[in-house]
Amino acid sequence: MSSQLATTPLHAWHQEHGARLVEFAGYDMPVQYASIVAEHQATRTAAGVFDISHMGRLRFDGPRADQLLDHLLTRRVVDMQTGQVRYSLVCDEEGGILDDILVSCLESPSGKNYFLLVVNASNRSKIVRWLQPHLADFPDVEFHDVTDATAMIAVQGPKAIELCNTLLPASVLSLGYYRAKVTEQMGKPCIVSRTGYTGEDGLELIVKSEDAPRVWENILMAGRSFGAQAVGLGARDTLRLEAGMPLYGHELDETIDPYQAGLGFACNLKDRRFIGSDALEKKSKDATLPKRVGLILEGRRAARQGAEVLDTSGRIVGQVTSGSFSPTVDKPIAMAYIDPSVAVIGTSFDVDIRGTKVAASIVSLPFYKKS
Amino acid sequence: MSILPEELRYLESHEWVSVSNETPGIATVGISAFAVAELTDLVFMALPKVGQSVSSGHEFGEVESVKAVSPMYSPVSGTVVEIHSELVNNLESLSVDPYDGGWIMKVQMSDPSELARLLDWTAYKHQCDNA
Repeated sequence: MSSQLATTPLHAWHQEHGARLVEFAGYDMPVQYASIVAEHQATRTAAGVFDISHMGRLRFDGPRADQLLDHLLTRRVVDMQTGQVRYSLVCDEEGGILDDILVSCLESPSGKNYFLLVVNASNRSKIVRWLQPHLADFPDVEFHDVTDATAMIAVQGPKAIELCNTLLPASVLSLGYYRAKVTEQMGKPCIVSRTGYTGEDGLELIVKSEDAPRVWENILMAGRSFGAQAVGLGARDTLRLEAGMPLYGHELDETIDPYQAGLGFACNLKDRRFIGSDALEKKSKDATLPKRVGLILEGRRAARQGAEVLDTSGRIVGQVTSGSFSPTVDKPIAMAYIDPSVAVIGTSFDVDIRGTKVAASIVSLPFYKKS
Repeated sequence: MSILPEELRYLESHEWVSVSNETPGIATVGISAFAVAELTDLVFMALPKVGQSVSSGHEFGEVESVKAVSPMYSPVSGTVVEIHSELVNNLESLSVDPYDGGWIMKVQMSDPSELARLLDWTAYKHQCDNA
């Protein structure tokens, strides 16, 4: 392990429990504890507990915080109610995607509303830099990067809510999907949101760094009888891929616009202006750019990022952005950007996997939908 | 015949090779228990064809886990005379028995002196323990 790597407040636990640690976005993170497939299945059938403290957490206080964020995000913010969470993109002036984020409107214990942005770990420093001139335009908005002071734990799976029964107040367990609340866990402050990145029901918790090991242990202990287990980033990736969720650096980057990515729903263009809105207005009508699709491959070998997609005449029509063997589908699955003229469900292609052509066809996303 | 890991020779890249007294020119090749444990969740293995030539230190196939693809390197040079084709449909067996039942290919060696350049168990185990 390189000494420059950042660690989460749960790093010691991961080390003590045999996690295989890898560098991810500057953090020394657990990729798996034992088996990716076993951790994946545990999340699909019971519950998985994830250390996602590497995600960036940015807090905005002040009466005009909503206006600042409404100017920065593709999703409308000024009409958000206390306790609401929205998925949004951050775009540049050209409409390229700088990040995909969750924005929550929360009420502090003192009764004031504030906003919390959860950004990708890999984009945190870029976004914080990019924010600076905009913050200068809104001097009354107080900004804090609270990532290092806090930890974030996800509990995901069909048993996730039930297993938190003994740990969290009932008012939190009855939160609707994409709702969040500031509450307490054993007398310590805790933000709970009904969100996730696995395609399962579940919660994401934000606690103070010093409280994180205790909360983590409590969840795992409560989860033991449900078959819950700690899950690393390896299964987090296969779970989100099955759920058809994009990952920044794979499906999303600054050269991709939201409409290509199938994320037009996260852009509210009507009656509002925000950074990138002029460019997005044009892009929303441009149907010539490659489109994000899902592929299922024949055989057992997975297509990885960068693999070329060819039509039946051998012409290159696209490129894979993520791919893995899918434990749930029991076949290799992938996401790819494909020429829109052939990006039609059911169309057959070949994927070039290191020189071998493997048959694939487009299926509708997601690959997995919870019952 | 039972293959014991202590009696095998290894490449640093975790392939083992075994040569029995009955067929001294034939090398049996596989991947070590350490490699299987490191890879986890195997889903695919690409094998060479019978008659194909392989050379020492060069790729002869690949093994793929849910997370990654890893090339497999041949410890010896020669011609592939047999492949373990059933193994491909039974990769989980490698985590139980990577030696006897988990052999991957047999090679008619063109230069058996290459064996002397491979790691013995003590050296290989030392490498794994310090990985």
